[in-house]
Amino acid sequence: MSDRDSRSLAIETRGLTKIYGSGNTEIVAMKDASMKVHRGEVVALLGPSGSGKSTFLTAVGLINPPTSGQVWIRDQLVLEGEISYTNLRSFRRQHIGFVFQKSNLIPFLTAIENVQIALELNGATSRQARRRALHLLDELGVEDRASNLPSMLSGGQQQRVAVARALANHPSVILADEPTAALDGHRGRQVMELFAKVAHEHGTGVIVVTHDHRALDVFDTTYEMEDGLMGLSSSEATSVT
Amino acid sequence: MNLAFKDIRHNLGRFALTTVGVGMLLMIVMGMGGIYRGIVEDATLLVDNVGSDLWLVQRNTRGPFAEISRVPSNLVHRAYAVPGVVSAREFVYHTIQREQDGKPLRIAVLGLSWPIDKGQWIPLTGGRSLGQNHFEMVADQSLGLALGETIDLGKESYTIVGTTKSMLSAGGDGIAFVTVTDAQQIQFDTPGEAVRLERASRLARGEQSDLGNLQPAILDNTNKPASQLPAIARPQMSAVLVSVSPGADLAKVKEAMSGWGDVSVYTQSQQRDLLLKGTVDRARRQIGLFRVLLTLIAAIIMALILYTLTLDKIHSIALLKLIGAPNRVILGLILQQALMLGVAGFGIAYLVGGKLFPMFPRRVILTQTDLFQLALIVVGISVVSSLLGIWKAMKVTPNEALS
Ligand SMILES: Nc1ncnc2c1ncn2[C@@H]1O[C@H](COP(=O)(O)OP(=O)(O)OP(=O)(O)O)[C@@H](O)[C@H]1O
Ligand SMILES: [Mg+2]
Repeated sequence: MSDRDSRSLAIETRGLTKIYGSGNTEIVAMKDASMKVHRGEVVALLGPSGSGKSTFLTAVGLINPPTSGQVWIRDQLVLEGEISYTNLRSFRRQHIGFVFQKSNLIPFLTAIENVQIALELNGATSRQARRRALHLLDELGVEDRASNLPSMLSGGQQQRVAVARALANHPSVILADEPTAALDGHRGRQVMELFAKVAHEHGTGVIVVTHDHRALDVFDTTYEMEDGLMGLSSSEATSVT
Repeated sequence: MNLAFKDIRHNLGRFALTTVGVGMLLMIVMGMGGIYRGIVEDATLLVDNVGSDLWLVQRNTRGPFAEISRVPSNLVHRAYAVPGVVSAREFVYHTIQREQDGKPLRIAVLGLSWPIDKGQWIPLTGGRSLGQNHFEMVADQSLGLALGETIDLGKESYTIVGTTKSMLSAGGDGIAFVTVTDAQQIQFDTPGEAVRLERASRLARGEQSDLGNLQPAILDNTNKPASQLPAIARPQMSAVLVSVSPGADLAKVKEAMSGWGDVSVYTQSQQRDLLLKGTVDRARRQIGLFRVLLTLIAAIIMALILYTLTLDKIHSIALLKLIGAPNRVILGLILQQALMLGVAGFGIAYLVGGKLFPMFPRRVILTQTDLFQLALIVVGISVVSSLLGIWKAMKVTPNEALS
């Protein structure tokens, strides 16, 4: 652990709270949630439905700002409550990769184009983008489906392409919300292992929301949410102490 | 990477169908403009080609194209007497409707002043202009009469010696050119029985008059053709066309003739304006308004299409925003599709219209200016109609990619 602590942080959240609505209909979806993720660390986030996992992830992903609390990415304070300290969209483009449960891909672009677009949006020429996209697809084992539209790919293949896109701009962080929910156990595990491999090789911090307890051994750390509260998973806590 | 193009490639069939629809709509807008031009062109073709400096018509009328105009045939001689006049021609114009092969055939009969005017100025598509002062006719193609064919009008047959294209009256009827005398024959054709009755009544009137009683021999004249009787006026003309010598002052000649109490004088451009303001003005305005309406409808339909095209892409747009695409990329996506739709639609309109319009009964004239103007309008429509879609796209949050 000390080795890991010495490395720089990929993500840090301090006291994230999210309140939806107000008055009678007020819902506290997330309460004082704090988390540290180092570069190269793969974190699992568990918790029952409605416990606030997606709320946390979208706050960290800068698409759904918290009511209060801070989001730090790479030692930079990006969000404090609803106040942003940078252009969130361009920050997302450079630093954050997303993978969701399903329909992650733009349906009218082929597999390779889906990866290419992320690169081109970040300023790559179409030649550079194509070369890197092909390389990533190769790395994720879907290079033979490069010119297929998403609708012609299996669920697992789609997720691999989504991972390739998430990786495209060498992000500091990859956020994945139930990326294996649409896959069978075996395929799901493969994708999880992919995250671990990517995180370790590229030094990316990864947070994966999952319900799948069978693949937990792949993760470096496991957090659990309950009623908006964040904590280290009990099993994790026991194994660490 | 061009997202607009990729999306279209993915939905090619749908986009093609939509474009054809928009193209057809634009074709109608284009056609409306062409019909408008055609009406103006047809209405003025005759006046522009006949090459007369002044039109002498019945006092206070607006000339033979607008209403009935009658001037005495001796007006020609009066016109000649005015200094500066190099030629004065009789002009007869009237519309008749006859049956040809069981179908109604409307003909605008135009009489040319033989032998000064043999119709050399008429733009022919075949044959020749008039070669003799009787029984020959130059007919517009729209009448469906072929070269060498004959047509019976009144008691005579006329042979088609020449053909024209798009020589139409303001009402859209094909013009047939004959000599003035033939035109009058056709116009005042009276059946034999009517002639016999008229002669009998002439005799009866003569017998009751003093002159007839004093000189019974004069009553023999009642049996002669009307044209040989000095007491009976010769048939009247519709107008007299006056050409002024190049050196002469047109305004002066006009002023001299304006002093005559029985005629009104118009210059060629006045006659042209009268035509446009009078007979074709309503049609012109009607079509103009229709064109505006159609343009508006095209804009609304395009807005709806672009809006639904955007709705279909909401998830993709949210995803693009999520992965950090700036607004200009998304705006470009919608705007480019709007322009592709507009431009492709315009192309289809132009191609299909070009094949279709010549089959229309009246001329549809597509001028470069009109086409250019419409192209600009289409670009304008494309931009404006994409605003609804753009507005929708701008409101999409990256959150929507998650659902
Ligand atoms: N836009 C919203 N408006 C109001 N309440 C919301 C909104 N989004 C989420 N919530 C509420 O916040 C709470 C946390 O939701 P969240 O989606 O974060 O749960 P989750 O842990 O991701 O659940 P699941 O495992 O089912 O995806 C829930 O009670 C939910 O109803
Ligand atoms: Mg969730």
